[in-house]
Amino acid sequence: MGKPEPTKLSAMQKNTGFRRQPAVLRWITSEFRHLRKNRELLLLALPGILFKLVIAYFPMVGLILAFKYFRYDQGIFGSKWVGLQNFEFLFKAQDAFRIIRNTLLYNFSYIILGTVAALLMALLLGELSGRLIKVYQTSMFLPFFISMVIVGYVGNAFLDFQNGYLNTFLTYLGLDPHNWYLETTPWIFILPLVSLWKGIGFSTLIYYAGITGINTDYYEAATLDGATRVQMMRRITLPLLKPLIIILFILGLGNIIRGDFGLHYFLPNNVGPNFPTTDIIDTYVYRALTKLGDINSAAAVGFLQSVVGLVTVVTANYVVRRIDNDNALF
Amino acid sequence: MNNKKITPSSIGINVFFIIVCLLIALPFVLVISISLSSEDALSQFGYHFIPKEWSFEAYRIVFEKPATLLRGYGVTILITVIGTILSLLLTAMMAYPLSRRDFRYNRQLTFFVFFTMLFNGGLIPFYILMTQYLHLKNTLAALIIPALLSPFNIMIMKGFLDKISKEIIESAKVDGAREFRIFFRIILPLSTPALATLGLLISFSYWNEWFNALLFIDNDKFIPLQLLLVRILSQADFLANSPMAEVSDKLKYASFPTLSVRMAMAIVASGPMLLIFPFFQKYFVKGITVGSLKE
Repeated sequence: MGKPEPTKLSAMQKNTGFRRQPAVLRWITSEFRHLRKNRELLLLALPGILFKLVIAYFPMVGLILAFKYFRYDQGIFGSKWVGLQNFEFLFKAQDAFRIIRNTLLYNFSYIILGTVAALLMALLLGELSGRLIKVYQTSMFLPFFISMVIVGYVGNAFLDFQNGYLNTFLTYLGLDPHNWYLETTPWIFILPLVSLWKGIGFSTLIYYAGITGINTDYYEAATLDGATRVQMMRRITLPLLKPLIIILFILGLGNIIRGDFGLHYFLPNNVGPNFPTTDIIDTYVYRALTKLGDINSAAAVGFLQSVVGLVTVVTANYVVRRIDNDNALF
Repeated sequence: MNNKKITPSSIGINVFFIIVCLLIALPFVLVISISLSSEDALSQFGYHFIPKEWSFEAYRIVFEKPATLLRGYGVTILITVIGTILSLLLTAMMAYPLSRRDFRYNRQLTFFVFFTMLFNGGLIPFYILMTQYLHLKNTLAALIIPALLSPFNIMIMKGFLDKISKEIIESAKVDGAREFRIFFRIILPLSTPALATLGLLISFSYWNEWFNALLFIDNDKFIPLQLLLVRILSQADFLANSPMAEVSDKLKYASFPTLSVRMAMAIVASGPMLLIFPFFQKYFVKGITVGSLKE
């Protein structure tokens, strides 16, 4: 992300000039000097550093729980090692294939659908001018600002068997009402649709902000050359947005095995019959944890999610770097 | 792209957006309409976009015994205000050094922050940390602390700060200002659009917070609005799915909020934030820049 600071060679050579010190000592003094020079900025970042250390880094130590049999009275470090035993359930249970498949497929469809739709919306917004843009943005943003709990309520208003609007509408057309919560197939469409509905405002905004940040000189030059709107989109806007698209795509991939818990928990209403197509790793773990108190399997799954996420991102980043070095995330 | 002429294509795009926006707003209309329908009409005709029989009964019931609701509001407002202020401050203080190219530990710190986006301890170690080590179960802090510093917000803030010209900082230094003074007196005031945008995003995530509440709160005193809604929803499901439900409709209606009341609750819980949002809109495009566009 940040460019490396060019090492101040001349300054370092000057330091070594007056007396020959051992390399380690030299390194320590120069590091210390840097520390002093940057101490105010470091101090500014200190609260955040400490916070991340406690809230994000400290729990990473807890990943060893995946290989232990956790008991509250013995604590994380006192508990017994059990090797890979905690992972067994994941590969033995018949649900395992299902929840992993669901998680990957849903997340992948959310990423693709969300990116394509948001890009399209942002490009079209970029073609417009005037006040209406604000109106469009505001209404597209509405769903982003309600909680998943409320999304569950909204879903209920549509999908409820007795009163839901979808069934009212179907009977109006003379079709049979469906008991949506007890079926499996509809969810393959409902979930991506709702995910799109909820997220489109925000991702469109990010891309739109990117587009407005593009130097207008490019477009003026292109207009002089007689380029059409579509040509400008393809030759100027999209290439300049590419880094942004790639960053968001790689970050999305990092979460490919971490599902949208709220969406998959509140919208399908946590009802057994639709689990075959709605259950994802996160909802499964949550149930295992709250209903069975199964800390060990949950820890194993958490471990797997983190490792897979990291590996996916590093791989994706590596691939991107091979293709185009400038656009890699790190 | 500043072509202000009205062309057929711009009309077409406008029509497209109007349709999209209507589709997006439709579910809200339905929920509002349900909350304004009379219970009889709902059970007789089902949900409709325009109420068959108008009624404010649901809202009357919601506000009749406001104790629980007001508690929920109190908790939610408290965590939103405290959380947003702390989070903004922490995010800006972290993002500013990262935006300084001459900051020696730039790369290391950037990695330190963003690594947490890719890799984390998972739910269980986090839960154990919060309850066993920090002893935050059933405290408001459990709702505030986890969301204080998000890498994505730092990314947005850093993206914005990158655009502030470095000459300002240099000239302030020449005038003898130190980093803290520069940050609080110059950088923060210049960052209003980003702070407004982020502040709104952060406040929404606090207002809508339910996950940590689900994990850490079981004391009635500290239930935020969203958890209240979760409980009502699951209570309703429990009754609707139990074999008793069909036999004793009366019991069902007596013991948990009716359909219209549930929707009215949902609106009352999310309404205030949706009303605030349009006022911040003007900052949004200016405020969001994910640091990646290369000139």
